[in-house]
Amino acid sequence: MTELTSLTLAGVRDGLAKGDFTSVELTEAYLAAMEAHKDLNAYIVTCPEVALERAKASDARRAKGEAKGPMDGAPVAIKDLFCTEGVQTTAASKILEGFKPQYESTVSAKLKDGGAVMLGKTNLDEFAMGSANITSAYGNVISPWTAEDDAAALVPGGSSGGSAAAVSARLAVAATGTDTGGSIRQPAAFTGIVGLKPTYGRCSRWGIVAFASSLDQAGPMTRTVEDAAIMLGQMAGFDAKDSTSANVPLPDFTKALTGDIRGLKVGIPKEYRPDGLNSEIAALWDQGISWLKDAGATVVEVSLPHTDKALATYYIIAPAEASSNLARYDGVRYGLRTGADGSLDEMYMKTRAQGFGKEVKRRILIGTYVLSAGYYDAYYLKAQKVRALIAQDFREAFKTVDVLLTPTAPSDPFPIEGGAKVDPITMYLNDVFTVPASLAGLPGLSLPGGLSQRGLPLGLQLIGRPFDEETVLRTAQVMEKAAGFAAVPTLLRGGK
Amino acid sequence: MSLDKATVRKIGFLARLEIPEEDLEGLAHELNGILGWVEQLAQVDTEGVAPLASVSEMKLFWRKDEVTDGGMPEKVLANAPDAADGYFLVPKVVE
Repeated sequence: MTELTSLTLAGVRDGLAKGDFTSVELTEAYLAAMEAHKDLNAYIVTCPEVALERAKASDARRAKGEAKGPMDGAPVAIKDLFCTEGVQTTAASKILEGFKPQYESTVSAKLKDGGAVMLGKTNLDEFAMGSANITSAYGNVISPWTAEDDAAALVPGGSSGGSAAAVSARLAVAATGTDTGGSIRQPAAFTGIVGLKPTYGRCSRWGIVAFASSLDQAGPMTRTVEDAAIMLGQMAGFDAKDSTSANVPLPDFTKALTGDIRGLKVGIPKEYRPDGLNSEIAALWDQGISWLKDAGATVVEVSLPHTDKALATYYIIAPAEASSNLARYDGVRYGLRTGADGSLDEMYMKTRAQGFGKEVKRRILIGTYVLSAGYYDAYYLKAQKVRALIAQDFREAFKTVDVLLTPTAPSDPFPIEGGAKVDPITMYLNDVFTVPASLAGLPGLSLPGGLSQRGLPLGLQLIGRPFDEETVLRTAQVMEKAAGFAAVPTLLRGGK
Repeated sequence: MSLDKATVRKIGFLARLEIPEEDLEGLAHELNGILGWVEQLAQVDTEGVAPLASVSEMKLFWRKDEVTDGGMPEKVLANAPDAADGYFLVPKVVE
């Protein structure tokens, strides 16, 4: 029998249904793999007792012929940004160390209700602010991939770096991620997996630690496109507890995977090919275009004229919303408290100074400044107007095309050591291809397209119309088949 | 425009973040770098453009005005750094 941890989510679903193995066996295999590869630091906490208890319950249900859905018994990882009842939830911040939510986030509750087994909570950039998973208060996540010519530890991308590393290294069959400006798609690209940021409103944000509320969206991180379709179906759906949750029909996303994209119109945004675009990335993109043409799609160039202003827009809006959302960490209701022997203001200031890391403080300060009296119009209001133009660009493009194809990230993964030294703006540039779709609230998926010359994964991104994850998934699966991406992380090849 | 140390100190207070005196200079430099970079938005003509606050084009849904949650003080206080008699405790605020 193949190793249990190498099975896809679809393989797990079918194997459990046929009785080839039990959820307990599968869960034990994952718990052993997690123990063996602790050094990746993919998980902040593991919860073997919870996992085994849920696996046993799943097996018992199945024995009685009462198996729930396609994920019943499947061992998954939950990004440590989702509140999980009774299991520590930190957002990778010291300010929430020891915080045990008394409730379950809607998305993790849906997975739980569908019988999924929670293995643990995955590491991330503190409050999901980062593109390299080097801002976590619980240490860096190490990618299971290393370059062929250099043994240096690489970043898994961020902010969902722990989830990406876990899925890639076979430490979970699938994981939840969240994406504000690229936090699902960029780490998926860096670790050779599939990451899907659904349309804003598709998955409930209730119970997810908020970063930038008008942008945050949860989505699946999996090893195949089919798995993403299965898992999205279990995560999505209207939720009255989130006022921005969309009350739209929830399709069976797996039914969209017909393999047929004949006649599909694919747009190639010309602004995503700036001078100096990495030649490997450009070559992969061209390769992707030919796969689509070979499959019978029509490929046309489109223009998204405000693309080059998206990143600056994002770095006003996201910090502004973050500064407001993070005001709740005040040392009163939960989390860290220091300086309580002074005044209330002193306690707030000391608690927050000690509890937040450097990048989080930087963004709170920027956000506070751009929202402050006298600057609100010049920065925040201006950014909201440019955001409207960016969204309008996409609406125009989708009048003529069904889906857009772009690279996911501007480079292959970089070393952890180098990442810690770069200035903030250079780090922000990692999200240059993912941020525009976030600002427009559109679904975006990253799939592994190939390897760089150094043997590291490169991703391609598909962007779809609002609530048309189906076309994105269908196109992605056709490309996945053409790419035939079969590379496994260095770690699993007995490498360094 | 350029942030000076005094402005950083002021923003720090607005955000209730204590900033050590020796960090003010470096932070001012970093924040100026970021603000200088985002100022490129001034080049975009946004005359007559309505600001976009939310991408979801849906109307907020209505619900009945009724209590749907509550009655769980122990859960609410479970993670409090300090609590007594069903209340959160904070440093004294009135003399």
